[in-house]
Amino acid sequence: MPTSLTETYFPVLLQALLAMALAAGLLTASYLLGKRVRNKVKDMPYESGIVPTGDARQRFSVKFYLVGMLFILFDIEAIFLYPWAVVFRDLRMAGFVEMLIFVVLILSGFFYIWKKGALDWSKPEGAGRKQ
Amino acid sequence: MPVNFGATATDLIRFLPEIILTVMGTALMVLDPVLHKRASHAFGHLSIFALLAGIGGAVYAQSNPGTAFGGMLVVDGFATYFRVLVMVVGILTILPSYGFLARQQAETSEYHALLLFSIAGQCMMAAANDLIIVFIGLEISSISSYVLAGYLRDDKRSNEAALKYFLLGSFATAFFLYGVAITYGTVGTVNLTAIRAALSGADAPPVVFITLAAALMFVGLGFKVSAAPFQVWAPDVYQGAPTPVAAFLSAGPKAAAFAVFLRIFLTAFGPIGADWLPLVWMAALLSMTVGNFAALMQTNVKRMLAYSSIAHAGYVLVALTAQSDTGTAAAMFYLAAYAFMNIGAFAVVSHVSGRGERYQNIDDLAGLGRKQPMMAAMLTIFLLSLIGVPLTGGFFGKFYIFKAALESHLVWLAVLGLLNSAVAAYYYLRILVMVYMHEPGEAAGQTEPLTPGFRLALILPALGTLFLGIFPTWVLDCAGKSATLVK
Repeated sequence: MPTSLTETYFPVLLQALLAMALAAGLLTASYLLGKRVRNKVKDMPYESGIVPTGDARQRFSVKFYLVGMLFILFDIEAIFLYPWAVVFRDLRMAGFVEMLIFVVLILSGFFYIWKKGALDWSKPEGAGRKQ
Repeated sequence: MPVNFGATATDLIRFLPEIILTVMGTALMVLDPVLHKRASHAFGHLSIFALLAGIGGAVYAQSNPGTAFGGMLVVDGFATYFRVLVMVVGILTILPSYGFLARQQAETSEYHALLLFSIAGQCMMAAANDLIIVFIGLEISSISSYVLAGYLRDDKRSNEAALKYFLLGSFATAFFLYGVAITYGTVGTVNLTAIRAALSGADAPPVVFITLAAALMFVGLGFKVSAAPFQVWAPDVYQGAPTPVAAFLSAGPKAAAFAVFLRIFLTAFGPIGADWLPLVWMAALLSMTVGNFAALMQTNVKRMLAYSSIAHAGYVLVALTAQSDTGTAAAMFYLAAYAFMNIGAFAVVSHVSGRGERYQNIDDLAGLGRKQPMMAAMLTIFLLSLIGVPLTGGFFGKFYIFKAALESHLVWLAVLGLLNSAVAAYYYLRILVMVYMHEPGEAAGQTEPLTPGFRLALILPALGTLFLGIFPTWVLDCAGKSATLVK
């Protein structure tokens, strides 16, 4: 068992040095050994992909952000389900009931955004409710 | 060996107010799309019902006090006092909101749901005995408050208020979290009682780390209670936020944050009291001075009340510096008195400002005494209480705080606090002069019809203020009995 601080962290230091040496070595090697060709194709974003057309700075519909946010929320729900599923047996009934409460809470949120029209892509702004 | 995660019945009963509020808040959100606009007042009624049930739940939980969920929550007199206080604040916020939301043609269900969620978070903060639970409660309370501050979506100032509150609030939360992380790294626990035990033990960790942690938490909580030098957000947010929300922000989250403040600094960091004392001492003095002197310059009533709220946070911090049960009781009493008088003052402002909140200047209150004598009388009660005139709750609040400071030999702080109160009297009296001694302007003449809910919203805080001023012993006894925190 390593005891002192230096002993404990020596392997980490060694690995850090090794990683840096490897990166620097590879970059230097490719700089020294590689061939350099400059032409128009080299300056393009994708050398072997689709030729880009137009400007990337277009305007997106603000709805993308809404859907993006909602996606993250429900994605996190799914992520919570994984660890629960792993220890499902150990948690027994209590774990099941608690997960049920969690899912019902998320579901009522889903019901809310659905009925509010947040998921209707084509509806005009605010048409989902009032008036 | 699997840990038993199942909540026992006792756990659930001790968590009852939070459960009631969360269930009702969720129910409001689900009911909203089903009922549509037909039942806009029903949501208000439902949330008042939820808060009354929550108060009942909190009182019922108090019949069998103790810890819940493995020591993460604690139900004691202190927790129950603050739980009831924030729920009363909630009711007092909802009453003027009926008319307000109708005037601004805003949707009601989300407003009330957010309010209930925010209060659930504050109840959790009041009962938290664990830094993680404090953090979760703080976030539940804050995130709903950020949205509420920007509730009037078409109002630019409301949007600005929400954005500023959100950005600065998240920043402050990060500071608090750093403090929690350092505490955990140093002591190895996040339970407040266990931290206290570790700090007072023989092999206590180096005090420098734990003082650093306390300082970082102080930054985070100082922001939430709008204590100087972390107060810059308050005037902008209070001015931009819808007036009932501003009233709520100045009373509910503040009371809950002070509950956490008292519990963390007196229970967990109690053994190193001498180390954090200068920090709180300076913040208290700075808050009182900055708040009062800046309030002198204001022309907008809501901004003035925001600066006065900063100054009042300073007074409560004086009670914290006393580091005694008397100080804790004084802070608890003061927060109750402050909640009543400030919500009342904001309710009057909300009424006078009219549709679209046009009339917010101190000049707009001119001649209110002649045009709307009842309204002016109510405003007078609240302002006199904010000054700290005898027979009002504000007087006894200040009295007990300075008494606690003197008992703990903080003579200079008490003297400077009293001088500050004298400065404060000037800007409150200026409003009263405007109300009674000036010719009525355009704003005082326009009379919105008074709804029954709004009448209650004025009368209840006024009665509360007077009750605390004439019969302070009852609430003070409650506070005094529960001020002995777990040690």
